[in-house]
Amino acid sequence: MTAAPIDCNELVELVTAYLDGSLELDDRVRFDAHLLDCEGCENYLQQFRVTVSTLGKVPLDELDPAFRSRLMSAFEDWR
Amino acid sequence: MVMTRTPAEEATVVAALRAGDESAFAALVDLHAPAMLRVARGYVHSREVAEEVVQETWIALVKGIHDFEGRSSLRTWLFTVLINIAKRRGLQEQRHADVAVLAFTGGSVDPARFRGSDDPYPGHWLPDEVPSPFPDTPEGSALGDELLALTHRELAKLPDQQRLVVTMRDILDMDSAEVCELLDISTANQRVLLHRGRAAVRQVLETYLRESA
Repeated sequence: MTAAPIDCNELVELVTAYLDGSLELDDRVRFDAHLLDCEGCENYLQQFRVTVSTLGKVPLDELDPAFRSRLMSAFEDWR
Repeated sequence: MVMTRTPAEEATVVAALRAGDESAFAALVDLHAPAMLRVARGYVHSREVAEEVVQETWIALVKGIHDFEGRSSLRTWLFTVLINIAKRRGLQEQRHADVAVLAFTGGSVDPARFRGSDDPYPGHWLPDEVPSPFPDTPEGSALGDELLALTHRELAKLPDQQRLVVTMRDILDMDSAEVCELLDISTANQRVLLHRGRAAVRQVLETYLRESA
């Protein structure tokens, strides 16, 4: 590979693109190469994954029953 | 979160709605309305107004169900209409995706954590600033609950557009293309908003874990 390696402060900005699989192939190779010998960035990526999975556990609010009834009556009025 | 159906299932739901099947409507409301409320809150300032926006969307669905051609999924249809209504209601608050992206100039990690340009390894973590892995937190553990609560609070503090994109991607599990289309933003902007939002939450979790270690 002739491409310049990426530094930690660059890698941290690419994590979402990396996880989405939307990095250009060259960038993906440089990202993976950096991870191989940088424990800090490997840990950063792990932290990021945990963050995303924690966000995925944030519950949606239950519908307020009165609001739900309003929606149901909208259906009854229009059908 | 399972929010998508096969085309055949979807056609069954649409037929039931057209036939005036109240339980089909109730099931659809229970499936989508909580997420719709969450998204509407990204545009309008109060829960009351968000509820009005959601209600208006369902009325539009009921009125329009006989003309619904199934070119998009019901979910995409609902969120497209929801966002159009919410935007109109939220206009006085002057929110705009691209402004929010451009207004941000810094990195998503404090630059002081990296070595400077006079260091032999510029741009690399300073020794005291190297990230440590987050601990495993089994479902229902005290620490897991605490991190989830922190995440929930931090999400509420994010700038509107970041919160909206993080909510749609990470909580509602929409994909990038769907979010870009619904919010009418570019792929690049979507990614920046998602990344900034996630990075802000990550920082709060890291700070908490470092302080409590």
